[in-house]
Amino acid sequence: MSMPFYVAPEQMMKDRADYARKGIARGRSLVAMTYADGIFICAENPSQSLHKVSEIYDHIAFAGVGKYNEFDQLRIAGVRHADLKGFTYSREDVEARSLANSYAQMLGQTFTHEMKPMEVEILVAEISENPGEEQMFHILYDGTVMDEKRFVVLGGDSESIAALVADGYSEGMSAREALELCRSALAGEERELADSDLEVAMLDRTIGRRNFRRVPDSELATL
Amino acid sequence: MTLPIFSASDDPGPDFAALLRDRGAAPALDTSVSGHNAVTITHGTTCVAVRYADGVVMAGDRRATSGNLIAHRSIEKVFEADRHSAVAIAGAAGPAVEMVRLFQLQLEHYEKVEGAPLSLEGKANQLSQMLRGNLPAAMSGLAVVPIFAGFDLARNHGRLFEYDITGGRYEESDYAATGSGSLHAETVVKVGFRRELSESDAISLVSESLFQAADADSATGGADTLRGIYPIVATINADGFSRVSDDVVGTAFTAIADRFSDNHGEVDA
Repeated sequence: MSMPFYVAPEQMMKDRADYARKGIARGRSLVAMTYADGIFICAENPSQSLHKVSEIYDHIAFAGVGKYNEFDQLRIAGVRHADLKGFTYSREDVEARSLANSYAQMLGQTFTHEMKPMEVEILVAEISENPGEEQMFHILYDGTVMDEKRFVVLGGDSESIAALVADGYSEGMSAREALELCRSALAGEERELADSDLEVAMLDRTIGRRNFRRVPDSELATL
Repeated sequence: MTLPIFSASDDPGPDFAALLRDRGAAPALDTSVSGHNAVTITHGTTCVAVRYADGVVMAGDRRATSGNLIAHRSIEKVFEADRHSAVAIAGAAGPAVEMVRLFQLQLEHYEKVEGAPLSLEGKANQLSQMLRGNLPAAMSGLAVVPIFAGFDLARNHGRLFEYDITGGRYEESDYAATGSGSLHAETVVKVGFRRELSESDAISLVSESLFQAADADSATGGADTLRGIYPIVATINADGFSRVSDDVVGTAFTAIADRFSDNHGEVDA
């Protein structure tokens, strides 16, 4: 009869966390920050069609880094969750906090019970009609939720990027200023990032009901 | 509400109706109830759509009737389906409004899940399928007959579609009408229609058509100046859907009423 090797729970969790962190660190990072009209999200992403930032609902956006198929599955689940809720109750009952909790439950469950954890870090961002009431929930691969203010960085190299963002950040920046700050922070000291290397989207409270707006690379120069 | 996660094999894709069914939240009308009196159900009435130079103008009166009674004076029958399309409804008000709500959500859901909106043809086809699903209810007196119009971004012009209760979809090149006053409304549009109408001429034409429909059909409401309730008029063009303001519609109706009373008022002895 074969005996399974005993692995201490601490070791098992550490191994899983290392595995997830390694997977996330392979991808490029993403910055989200509050700006004059809402929340500005900028990712380093050379692809024009495989998006990291997307619309969930009227005032809610989703962003993910790490393994594309895994965070895209989470994105679609979020869209479904929001649309079902809005249809069953009302549009104003759909809120980021409850969605972030659902994501956290799911990621936490996967982290402890499944063969492999999800190699993703995600962001659920929401704006309200009033400036200063923006919400950004940063959720890690193990289900840890952080309620962030001002700005948040997702991805492998987040500490050094966050330090660069913190240096240049101020309340109420314009979209242009936010873009340049994200660009230089994502590039770091030794690189330059062109418009075509970036994916930019924002939650803009000045436009209609659906506040999510994607900015194509061709329009970045005139933002 | 738990997060709706599916395995790859039973994922409903961008179909919101399938998702609703899966979650047991699909709206279902019990059509087994027989012998109900269709007359007591609230009905919405006349809507028209006309193609003009930049796209389509759509209009609908505000009256809902329940038999010979006016049930509501200010219901809305013209809705923005998504940024570049609109839907107008006539028929049983309850199922019609619910159908529009589901249709709007279906278009938005598809766009968000797929990352790109449906083609105009695809949207028109979606509405067909929803109508087909409503056929049993329609046969028991809860018919819904919409018009769908939009600006086709791929072809760069406005298009409009008429439907029947079975989900039959008929593309019209110039104009369409639905509801109890549609016979009168459509005749007015037919006589006044020209290709490449300007926006203001198209607004005048649809206003005139609703004015004449209201004049001849008791279930169609005209402009209610007493309460300040005017028919809803909307334009759909390359810039998207936009409601024409009550001021503009009111002015169009005042002009029509003035002309009408000049021609039909009593002659002084």
